[in-house]
Amino acid sequence: MSKLSQFSRSLAIVKKDMLVFYLKGPVVLMGLLFPFFLFGAFLIGRDLSHAYLFVALLAMTVFFTSTAVGPAIIPWEARSKTFERLISSPVSITTVLFGDMQASFYFGLIITSFISLTAIFLGISLNLLIFIPVVILALLTFSAMTILMSSYPPTDIPADVMMLTSLVKFTLLFISGIFVPLEKLPEYARVISYFSPLTYLVDALRYSVSLHGYFPLSLDLILLSVFALGFFFSGVAVHKKVLEKRFT
Amino acid sequence: MSVEIIKAEHLTKYYGNFLAVNDISFSVNKGEIFGFLGPNGAGKTTTIRMLTGILNPSSGRIEVFGMDMKKHKIEIRERTGIVPEMANPYIDLSAMRNLRLMGRLYGMKGREIEKRSVELLKLFNLYEKKDTKVRGFSKGMKQRLSLAMAMLPDPELLFLDEPTSGLDVMSARLIKRIIREEQKKGKTIFMNTHNMQDANELCNRVAIINHGKLIAIDTPEKIKEIGAKSNVIEFSLSPFKFEGGIVEGRVEILGDKVKVYTAEVDETIKKIVNYAERENLKIVSLNVEKPSLEDVFMALVGEKNE
Repeated sequence: MSKLSQFSRSLAIVKKDMLVFYLKGPVVLMGLLFPFFLFGAFLIGRDLSHAYLFVALLAMTVFFTSTAVGPAIIPWEARSKTFERLISSPVSITTVLFGDMQASFYFGLIITSFISLTAIFLGISLNLLIFIPVVILALLTFSAMTILMSSYPPTDIPADVMMLTSLVKFTLLFISGIFVPLEKLPEYARVISYFSPLTYLVDALRYSVSLHGYFPLSLDLILLSVFALGFFFSGVAVHKKVLEKRFT
Repeated sequence: MSVEIIKAEHLTKYYGNFLAVNDISFSVNKGEIFGFLGPNGAGKTTTIRMLTGILNPSSGRIEVFGMDMKKHKIEIRERTGIVPEMANPYIDLSAMRNLRLMGRLYGMKGREIEKRSVELLKLFNLYEKKDTKVRGFSKGMKQRLSLAMAMLPDPELLFLDEPTSGLDVMSARLIKRIIREEQKKGKTIFMNTHNMQDANELCNRVAIINHGKLIAIDTPEKIKEIGAKSNVIEFSLSPFKFEGGIVEGRVEILGDKVKVYTAEVDETIKKIVNYAERENLKIVSLNVEKPSLEDVFMALVGEKNE
């Protein structure tokens, strides 16, 4: 079975995920509005430049849209008894998860594309040669993160996974330099922030709006790639390990 | 010489410390409908999940189409259609979209998927509902769609886990007719069921599993011979009254009928007639039959489970 054939089958899973999970009114609306709510709650009224606000809004959009639904897909499929049918077809578990990851990525990409237009209203000049690769890489990283998030515990209750996911997501949000720049964080918090992929997205996005980053851009890109690969392959490994538990 | 499509050797499966399947071996021949029978929790679904590569056996070996399941899972599944137990189609997709998804997962081309989907939707009396979301389907319609999804790539081997369980008569009959037609086309069918009537009507051979162990494997008629030394006397009295102690052997009271399993037909009938005369009861019916597959199944596994 060729890799190309498995890739083409993963696109069938993308289409299914889009139709069943993503392209629903409430999901799209939440994807569009949620970053604005957070933005309004934490950043409006603070004396920050437009470029700084745009980076914060974009980082939250990329992060929250690409992780919005992904973690709940496998538990939902297990609960509604569609998972067994999926994995008994001629696709590997890696292909199924790669399809789920791509669906998270495309959903994040669509919503982020719309939100990116706020740059025009804020009068920000974007360096698209930096902005586009950074956004794509970050969407892949956070989409891969959903694969790891959905792997454990091997539950068929989506709410269980979403609760844990929210805990992780909000923790990352506050330690990644979105609300307080890295250079202004206390030393211990800065060390913790190094373990968050969101830190490197925020840092890399600053280069795209002519702000200074804390790390070199190349390091941001390398670490986002490392996180992406790490999340996906560790997620696949955990899914394979706990697969049996989903049937007992 | 018959070609072995499925070959299971010394399959064993543990869930933690629990032994679900205990060293079973069997083979299924090309063109055969093979029934796998057993009470709930006997190990039927675990076995089918191992045969379809969803679960790995703790020990033992599986060969399908002459290929090792461990090494050629995807290649085997390319030639196999599966209806897992209680597996549902996607309720937020239409019947047609469910079939398209399955076609894509099997690597079929668009035009081929459309043509085959229409054929199957018509065969399963679902064509009128092809664009309706499955959410509104009855259980029978969902099960028919499930089977259509499994048959979409025209597989050589079908695994069906309880294909008629809980269905209305019409849906169950339709599914059974289609299973027979698939066999006529040379397809091999492995079927888990606890419906003895289905097994008796459809299967060329059956295996009976209980507590994870295979306890019998043969044609339905030969398995019935295991119980042939006993007969079943079924009778009904009016007004209904019966004291079990008057006859020897296993007695079952089913509504206004009594079933007695005994080797002593003559003696038992005389006792029943004497009882009816003594109690001034009318004999409404009295039949002597050979045990059915269900009777033998119950004799083999039923009492132990009770």
